[in-house]
Amino acid sequence: MPIKSYLVFPHVGKKEILIETLGDLNWCEILPSENKELIVLVTDTKNENEEEKCFKIINTIPALDHLTLVSGFEENANNVNK
Amino acid sequence: MNRREFIKRMAAASAITAAVAMFPGIVFAKEQMQNLPDGDILWKKSPCRFCGVGCGLKIGLQEGKAVAVKGDPESSVNKGLCCVKGYHSVMALYAKDRLTKPLVRKNGKLVETSMEEALDLVASKMQGTIDKHGKNAVSMYGSGQWTIPDGYVASKFMKGAIGTNNLEANARLCMASAVTGFLSSFGMDEPMGCYEDIDHADVFVLWGNNMAEMHPVLFSRMLDQRMQRKNVKIIDLATRTTRTSTASDRSILFKPQTDLAIANAICYEIINNGWMDTGFVKNHCTIKKGKTNIGYGLEDKFAFKDEAKGIDFEEFKEFLKDYKPEDIQELTGVSAKDIKYLAYLYGSPNQKVTSFWCMGMNQHTRGTWINNLVYNIHLLVGKISTPGNSPFSLTGQPSACGTVREVGTLTHKLPHGVVMNEKDRKMAAEIWKVPVENIQPKPSLHTVEMFRALDRGDVRFMWIQVTNPMVTMPKLKRYREAAQKDDRFIVVSDVYPTPTTDIADVVLPSAMWIEREGMYGNSERRTQHFDQLVDAPGESMSDTWQIIEVARRMGFEKLFPWTYDNHIEEIWKEYSLFHKGKKHGMVPLEVLKSEPGAQWPYVDGKSTKWRFHGKYDPACSKGDTYDFYGKPEGKAWIWARPYEPAPEEQDQEYPFLLNTGRVVEHWHTGSMTRRIPVLHQAVPNGYVELHPEDAKIMGVRNGEKVKLTSRRGEIELPASINERGKPVRGHVFVPFFDEGLLINELTLDAFCPISKQPDYKKCAIKVGKA
Ligand code: SF4
Repeated sequence: MPIKSYLVFPHVGKKEILIETLGDLNWCEILPSENKELIVLVTDTKNENEEEKCFKIINTIPALDHLTLVSGFEENANNVNK
Repeated sequence: MNRREFIKRMAAASAITAAVAMFPGIVFAKEQMQNLPDGDILWKKSPCRFCGVGCGLKIGLQEGKAVAVKGDPESSVNKGLCCVKGYHSVMALYAKDRLTKPLVRKNGKLVETSMEEALDLVASKMQGTIDKHGKNAVSMYGSGQWTIPDGYVASKFMKGAIGTNNLEANARLCMASAVTGFLSSFGMDEPMGCYEDIDHADVFVLWGNNMAEMHPVLFSRMLDQRMQRKNVKIIDLATRTTRTSTASDRSILFKPQTDLAIANAICYEIINNGWMDTGFVKNHCTIKKGKTNIGYGLEDKFAFKDEAKGIDFEEFKEFLKDYKPEDIQELTGVSAKDIKYLAYLYGSPNQKVTSFWCMGMNQHTRGTWINNLVYNIHLLVGKISTPGNSPFSLTGQPSACGTVREVGTLTHKLPHGVVMNEKDRKMAAEIWKVPVENIQPKPSLHTVEMFRALDRGDVRFMWIQVTNPMVTMPKLKRYREAAQKDDRFIVVSDVYPTPTTDIADVVLPSAMWIEREGMYGNSERRTQHFDQLVDAPGESMSDTWQIIEVARRMGFEKLFPWTYDNHIEEIWKEYSLFHKGKKHGMVPLEVLKSEPGAQWPYVDGKSTKWRFHGKYDPACSKGDTYDFYGKPEGKAWIWARPYEPAPEEQDQEYPFLLNTGRVVEHWHTGSMTRRIPVLHQAVPNGYVELHPEDAKIMGVRNGEKVKLTSRRGEIELPASINERGKPVRGHVFVPFFDEGLLINELTLDAFCPISKQPDYKKCAIKVGKA
C-alpha cells in the first residue's frame, strides 16, 4: 500500500495545466505552491503494480519537467518478500 | 482521521518541509499547512545505506521495525529529497533469505553452526595459515560500504597486530584513481569543494558521469538550480546517450579513452585564446611531467613507479600543440567546434564551472592522468576552491571516502599517511600501542594482485566483508577458480547469500546498517553517524565486532579492549587522534550524534566547506588567497599527461567495445536491491544495450537473446534497444547488478599503473544473435 510524496516541477508556464492533469488522476493529491513553480504531490496506490502504472502516467505528462521523491511509506514494509 | 489519511498528511508534510529547505520563502496555502501531523512513528536520522551522495534520511520506526523513510530536510546534502533506492532502503533489511546463522563448509556443503564456533574456526585458520605460510599469506578484502569503525579495526588488526599490509577494499575498484589524482595534483586526497557548489555554479560539465542515475539527488539539485537561474547549463560529455544526456543542455559524445586528448585540447584552447589566469598559474601552480608508455598491468607482479620532472610553461605549451582541436577530431569523435565550446565555458571569466566525474574517469587505464588533466583545466583558469568553481570527483559508495580513503584500508595506507613513511608508521604504532616494526614499510598487494596472489598460492586465507568480488572482479573466471582451489580458505561476512558466499568456507552473518551503530563518510568530506535503530536478526553481528572477536581469539585482546557498549565511541576517539589539526580535524562524536553530519577539516566547531583558500579554510597560511598546502610551497601541480590508447581496442575478430555500469534502481551487485520487490520488478535482469542500427544488421529485436564473447568468456543476455540508454554504433553497455548474468566474465583486468584501479569501461568483444 505505497504512499509517496514528491516535489513536482512543471515546464515554464505550465503549472496550471499540470495541476489540472495531476488533479484528474485518481491516485494523486496535490498541494501547489502559491508563489513558486512547484507542486507537492502525494500518491496513494493500492499496490506496487498500480504505483508503477501511476508513476509511468505521471512521467508522460507533457507539462511535467521533472519530479523528485521525498518520502514514502510502505504499510507492508515489515513483510517484504515474506 | 484514519490511519491512511494520517500517513498521507505525513508524506505531504515531508514534501512541504523539503520544498521549504530547497526554496526558502516558498508559500503553500494556509489550509494545506494545517493539521500536518507529527505522528506515532518515531523518526531517527541516518545516512542512506546506498550511494556516495550520502543523503541524510529520517527512518520511521514502529514496533521495533523500520517502516518508513523520508529525506531529512535538515541535511544540506539532499535538503529533504531522496531517490528510489533511498526510499526503499529499509526494505532491504527484511527479505526472507537474510543470513542469520553462521555457516561452515563441511563435506562440500555449507551447514549451520554457532557464532562461537565459526569465529573460533576463522581465528584458528588465520593463525594456522600464518604459522604455515607466513603472515603475508593472509589477507582481508573490505569495502567502501564498511562503516568507519569496521575499516579502522581492520587496519589496526591487519597492519598493527598481525603485521601485514594485505588489506584492501573494493574502493580500489572505484575510487583509487581519484585518490592518486588528488595526491599527484594537490598532495592531499578528497575534493576541495562541497555539494554547495551546485548552488553557485553556472556551468556543470559531467565527464562520463551518468548522474541522473548514479547520483540522482545531486542531479535533481542541479536541475532545480537550472529552473531557478536561467544561466545554468549542464553539459554531458559521455560515451553513450543516457538519461543524463537527455536532461542536459548539450550532449557531447566522445570515443572511449580519448577524454585525455579532449582535456588537453581544452587546455590548448584556453591558453591560445588568452583565457588563462596567468597570475593564478604563476603564483599557485607548478608544472610537471611524468613517465609515458606506462603499461596496463596485465601481467602478474606488474610494477610501476611514476617520476615527476619539472617543466616550464613553454614546454607545457609545446606539449599541448599535439592537441589542437582540429587535429584530434577523428581520434576523439568530437568536433573542433564542440571542444572550443567546452574551452569557452571553462575559460569565460564570468562563469563559475563545476566538473563532476565518477567511474567514467576513475575506471580507466589512465585514470590518474585524466583526473590530473581535469584539474589542469580548473587550475589554468583559476576556477577552483571557491563556491561554484570546483573540480569534483564523486564517489560511488556510502563510505568509500570515510572508510577507505580516510581510514586508509588500502595496502599502502595508514589512518594517517602511508606505510612507506617512517613518521606515519611511528604515529600509528604509538596510537595503536604496537612495536613500530610490526608495521611493514612496503605496500604488498593491491586488489587485482591480491586475487592473483590467491590464484598463485602466495595468499591462502582471505576474509571478505561487505562486498561481492565473485560478481565484481574483472576477468572473473580466473579469480573464482583461484578462490576455489584446494588449500585456500575464504571467509565471507555478508547479509544475504551471494556468489561470493557460494565459494566461502565460512559465512558470517552481518548486522546491516542501522542494525548497529556506525559512521559513513560521503563524497564531500562529510561524516555521518547513525545509532543502532533496530535489532539485528538471529546471530548476526556487526563487521566491527566480528573482527574484534577474531583478533581477541588470536591473542590481540589488549589492542581491542573495549566493551560492546562503548566500542564505537572508543574507536572514534582513537581514530580521531590520527587526524588532529586544521588540515584534517575530525568531527567530535557528540556533534555527529546531534547533526546530520559535518565536514572535515572540522576546526573551532565548524565544518570546512572549501579547502585551499584562506577565505574558507583555516589551514591556509597565506592570507586571503590560495594555499595548496598539500604540496611544497603551497603550489598545485599541473601535469603534462598525453593521450595513450586503451589496452584492448576493437579489431576484426572482436569488433565491439563493451562498457559496464549501474542502473538507478540497483545498488552494485543487486544483493540488497534485488530483494526489494519494487526495485527488482523495475529492472529484473541484466541486459545488453545495443545501437538500433547494429541490432538491425544482426537481426536482433528488443528482448531477444544476444551472445557477447570476449577473449576471456562469453554470456547471453536479452537485447535492449532504444530503451534506457543508447550506445553509439559498435559499442554495447551491460549493467553488472545481475548475479545470474555475470558480465565480468568478459572484462579485462587491466588497470591504471599508478592507481591500480581496473578499467571496466572498455574491452573488445564480439556480438551476435544467440
Ligand atoms: S542518491 Fe544515493 S544516498 Fe541519496 S537516497 Fe539515493 S541512493 Fe541514497
